[in-house]
Amino acid sequence: MAIYGLWVINKAGGLVYQRNFADGLAQLTSNEYLVLAGTLHGIHAITSRLSPMGSSSGAQVIEGESFKMTILLTASGTKFVVLTSLAEASPDALLQKVYEIYSDAVMKNPFHTPEMPIRSEGFDTRITALIGSG
Amino acid sequence: MSSYAQPHSRVSVLSTSSQSSVEHLSPAASSTRFSLPSIPTTPQPKPAGVRPNIYDRNLNKTRITEVSAAAFTFLFSETVQYTQKRVSGINDLERRLNTLGYRIGTRVLELMVWRAEGQSKAPKREIRLLPALMSIHTQVWRAVFGKPADAIEKSVDNADEYMIVDNDPLIERYISVPRDMSQLSCSSFTAGIVEAVLDGLGFPARVTAHSTPKAQYPSCTTILIKLEKSVLEREEVLK
Repeated sequence: MAIYGLWVINKAGGLVYQRNFADGLAQLTSNEYLVLAGTLHGIHAITSRLSPMGSSSGAQVIEGESFKMTILLTASGTKFVVLTSLAEASPDALLQKVYEIYSDAVMKNPFHTPEMPIRSEGFDTRITALIGSG
Repeated sequence: MSSYAQPHSRVSVLSTSSQSSVEHLSPAASSTRFSLPSIPTTPQPKPAGVRPNIYDRNLNKTRITEVSAAAFTFLFSETVQYTQKRVSGINDLERRLNTLGYRIGTRVLELMVWRAEGQSKAPKREIRLLPALMSIHTQVWRAVFGKPADAIEKSVDNADEYMIVDNDPLIERYISVPRDMSQLSCSSFTAGIVEAVLDGLGFPARVTAHSTPKAQYPSCTTILIKLEKSVLEREEVLK
């Protein structure tokens, strides 16, 4: 049971927020995180077109041997991604809470520019209160 | 053929226009236009759950007239962004927000006086400073933000300075001011409201907002009221 990290990807595939909470995954440079986020954005776009039954929400969970990645795609195209251990019970509920905090502390903040990296203190403190400082 | 049709059509155009102008001038037509009682006689089917138009609501009923805090914060956020694009610095931005608040404050005072007239048996106008500040702290705050402010303080150093403290101002709840603008306080908007109410009550003052974060209240804000000399002199006389 551990939450390793949280990403927020804007609708163009850029990583606008990245934070680690626990050790357990390889430490990457910020450039590598940007590349991974862009790659995930592309993979997600492909998966959303693979469904034989018409439109699809795209990949929701990607599991590895030691971690899983849960993705929440919002109506505006922003993606929230949380990296957790396999045993983590409800990453979906966590992502919903993160989305709520994002709507409050980022979208209602007049000093935030949409689609740009999130540098909002209120977002940081609320995420810390939700997940822990790590 | 054409030479015949043209004058004919012209005549018909003239005749209809003259007819309509006669209709406009006739008293019968004007009475239907301006008679107000005829409007309610045609009831329009209203879908269930639709509230009456804001102009038709009772000004004294405050319970059902609450607005969405989310909608307000989005509106205020846009206001700050709009203002920020049109100013040259933080002082200018605060001054403009203050002006916007001032325009609201004049209306708030008017509305509160109206409500006091309607609700209390002995409505009164505050003429002394401390009761006026108390009514701002309690009534104005409750009317605008839905809760009273947290404290009124008097400056130890300057006799003409009073402070109203709000531990968690509604308008700043979701605002994170970037570090390079750290002396900005968006509560200048609130300061404008307070300034207008004080002005309207006859206590001219200069009101500014300052963020004074505390450990448990990171967005705590102090509204600083610097009264004009004439106010203090009058208070002395009234003592």
